[in-house]
Amino acid sequence: MSESSEIKHSIERRDVLKALMLAPVAGAMLASTGCAWVSESNKQPTRWTRLPTQYSYARTDVEKQRDAELFAETFFREHELVTIAVLCDIILPSDHENGGALAAGLPDFVEFMAKDREHYKLPLRGGVAWLDNYSLDNFGARFVEADIEQQLAICDAIAYPDVQDEALQPGIAFFSLMRNMTLTGYYTTELGFRDLGYVGNTPNIWDGVPDEVLARHGKTYDAEWLTKCVDQSRRNITAEWDDEMNLIT
Amino acid sequence: MADKEYDIIVVGSGAGGGMATYQLANAGLTVALVEAGGFYDPAADEQRTQLRNPWESPRRGASTRRRPFGDYNACIGGWDLDGEPYTQKGDTEFMWWRGRMLGGRTNHWGRISLRFGPLDFKRRDIDGLGENWPIGYEDVKPYYDKVDKLIGVFGSNEGLYNDPDGFFLPAPKPRLHELYYIDGARKLNVPVYPARKSMLTKRINDQRGVCYYCGQCSRACSIHADFSSSTALIYPALRGGKVDLYTDSMVREVITDASGKATGVSYINKKDKKEYALKGRIVVLAASACSSARILLNSKSAQHENGLGNSSGHVGRYLHDSTGASRAAFLPELMNRDIYNEDGVGGMHVYTPWWLENAALDFPRGYHLEIGGGMGMPSYGFGFAANQYNEYLGKRVGGYGNGLRDDIRRFYGARLSIACRGESVPQFDNYCELDPTVVDEWGIPVLRFNYQWTDYEINQAKHMQDSMEALLEASGGILLGDKPGVERNYGLAKPGEIIHEVGTTRMGLDPKTSVTNEFGQLHDANNVFVVDAGTFVSQADKNPTWTILALSWRASDYIAEQMKQQNI
Ligand SMILES: Cc1cc2nc3c(=O)[nH]c(=O)nc-3n(C[C@H](O)[C@H](O)[C@H](O)COP(=O)(O)OP(=O)(O)OC[C@H]3O[C@@H](n4cnc5c(N)ncnc54)[C@H](O)[C@@H]3O)c2cc1C
Ligand code: SF4
Repeated sequence: MSESSEIKHSIERRDVLKALMLAPVAGAMLASTGCAWVSESNKQPTRWTRLPTQYSYARTDVEKQRDAELFAETFFREHELVTIAVLCDIILPSDHENGGALAAGLPDFVEFMAKDREHYKLPLRGGVAWLDNYSLDNFGARFVEADIEQQLAICDAIAYPDVQDEALQPGIAFFSLMRNMTLTGYYTTELGFRDLGYVGNTPNIWDGVPDEVLARHGKTYDAEWLTKCVDQSRRNITAEWDDEMNLIT
Repeated sequence: MADKEYDIIVVGSGAGGGMATYQLANAGLTVALVEAGGFYDPAADEQRTQLRNPWESPRRGASTRRRPFGDYNACIGGWDLDGEPYTQKGDTEFMWWRGRMLGGRTNHWGRISLRFGPLDFKRRDIDGLGENWPIGYEDVKPYYDKVDKLIGVFGSNEGLYNDPDGFFLPAPKPRLHELYYIDGARKLNVPVYPARKSMLTKRINDQRGVCYYCGQCSRACSIHADFSSSTALIYPALRGGKVDLYTDSMVREVITDASGKATGVSYINKKDKKEYALKGRIVVLAASACSSARILLNSKSAQHENGLGNSSGHVGRYLHDSTGASRAAFLPELMNRDIYNEDGVGGMHVYTPWWLENAALDFPRGYHLEIGGGMGMPSYGFGFAANQYNEYLGKRVGGYGNGLRDDIRRFYGARLSIACRGESVPQFDNYCELDPTVVDEWGIPVLRFNYQWTDYEINQAKHMQDSMEALLEASGGILLGDKPGVERNYGLAKPGEIIHEVGTTRMGLDPKTSVTNEFGQLHDANNVFVVDAGTFVSQADKNPTWTILALSWRASDYIAEQMKQQNI
């Protein structure tokens, strides 16, 4: 039995999941589709936004070639990728107006980063295997095939770095890595920008901290300092100085 | 063009080479500018990384071996170049950053543009260590003045003796975290001033744009509002018609004749991998301090057995970098802050120059403080350890679910950091030399580094750590991480890591202990000049580039004058 048919087979036995399929969302651009995937159960993903596999952003030829090689490679086995999807979805759920990890295409992002940074490969692969071992030991099923309550119980055990239990440390390390990847992968998309309320990265005129913000923090610009600062109404007037180094325009 | 004899051959197009090309071409001389990297212009969309969103990169801006400072950083090059290794002697851990592109490292530098002060040229007179420069502030001041006006630098005139005033553009207003720092510093009587950096907060001419505050100068500015050698000096020089630009051309050696004078350079064209020669009356080296030393050491001949300019054995000696250490704090008062666009110019708007007297301290030279923080654009790494500051709020770290979104918002931009940059004491025993066996892919012997910090730098780093702790706490910060102790050299950066390589061909009056005269002219060959930071006798607690630019202009004036008088 090939691995993917094995997953489908085991999943077909479960009623909650009608179709755990990795169907790409056709033509869906990253994050522009919000919740592009549909799920029968809120905790079990069926689909996620597929990320582009072609990028164009000022790369040198060697960089282009390397990225093409990375995209040509497949690292995760299907079961691993699905496990990552389920975990990402628990970390940043989809039941939110700004979408969650799956709408942001997290599994594809994790796959790419694992290929880009060799040192992620083993912790991610080993982490998924640890999770399955732990789940089998405790619930008799691999993580993705466990009930949602069981999955959450596992996450509760490994989601907090202050837990001292030695046996759980590999799981805690893996969960921390997955939380990092999920948050970074989400907040670097349009969905994440919206969720954060990020408003930078665009031409503008910086003219200091808004007054109401200054007031809220009990700060002021002192008058002497302001005399050294740019008068934005004169920014386009060509600079000239007198011989004493004073700007006169 | 092969048979053409140029008046001037300039090797390397960074700060030193760009300025020499611009000045010498404007003086009516023909110039060949030979650059190992490719053509680069951030205004061309196919080379623009500025204003791109993180999702335009599959790795969301994460660093790679070929982009060590992130996927959008404007450096083509870095610590580790394909086919161009360098080696270390013993337990040396020198880090060598190289830009391989038109404009060199000025495409992605921090633009912190500080004049050296009068004391900085005469440190031996003060502490008895190292050597004085053969020139003083008064010799360089007219050139600093001209550089300010030609290139543009914002700042403020504060009347500080060793941090001299300049022809400044007006400064951008401080950001919120910088206001916290200002208040903290004032509580401790530590001075703080507007930063001095070469972004155009005001128009200086019709060719270059005026800053629109995207905060991304390290990606290089598509409207040419920050200083890069290429955008501010080389393009204008190319328009003048006196300059032939050779890109992807790696100079192997300076060719000399039987009299020991230079006749030109040989270079490898990286495209066809063949070697070519260029003829020139004057050779001006500006390949960066270590690369120029490498070219000289590789230019061996009967007249120059130890390498060109190296009769003193001083080429490569006295290599030194700035010292560096940093620390960060969580600023609870900035939790749940209002979000607005505070990108500003790339990097800090305020800084603290060296404010103490070394006589009262257990180390000889000073350092300045660079302030960091703010609501940066999310890119790879954002959200790592998302709620680690919960620790200080009595809440649990870790977890999962939509609550993480609140954590991210709560702690966004609630950080203040300080980086110190200081002056080290140049040592004869810190040097680069040719590796006896290793060559690069072009067959050219590579550099091997020998470098150890001394107690001067280590004690200074200890002091940096104390200062940073006091300032961060006075600003309302809760210190993050552990304070590095003696076992980690107090957090002192590795040599080379601060990327201010200087000193390898130092200037001086005595040909036995220096490589060039005060104009960067080799003692051993009067038609070969060095105009990068190789000529620095000492580095000051300032970043080097404004001084490279001023000295390159000064050397160029001298070259043009000497040629007119037919002395060279
Ligand atoms: C991230 C970063 C931040 C920095 N921040 C600051 C700052 O805020 N303030 C400051 O003052 N300085 C800063 N610096 C340092 C500053 O960039 C350098 O001091 C300055 O660029 C040095 O100019 P240069 O002309 O000596 O050499 P470079 O700018 O390094 O240029 C040398 C050029 O020579 C070429 N070259 C090398 N070898 C050969 C060869 N054999 N043949 C042909 N060409 C060759 C290289 O490809 C390169 O283009 C920073 C540097 C970096 C990397
Ligand atoms: S901050 Fe200003 S100078 Fe820097 S890249 Fe943006 S627009 Fe250009």
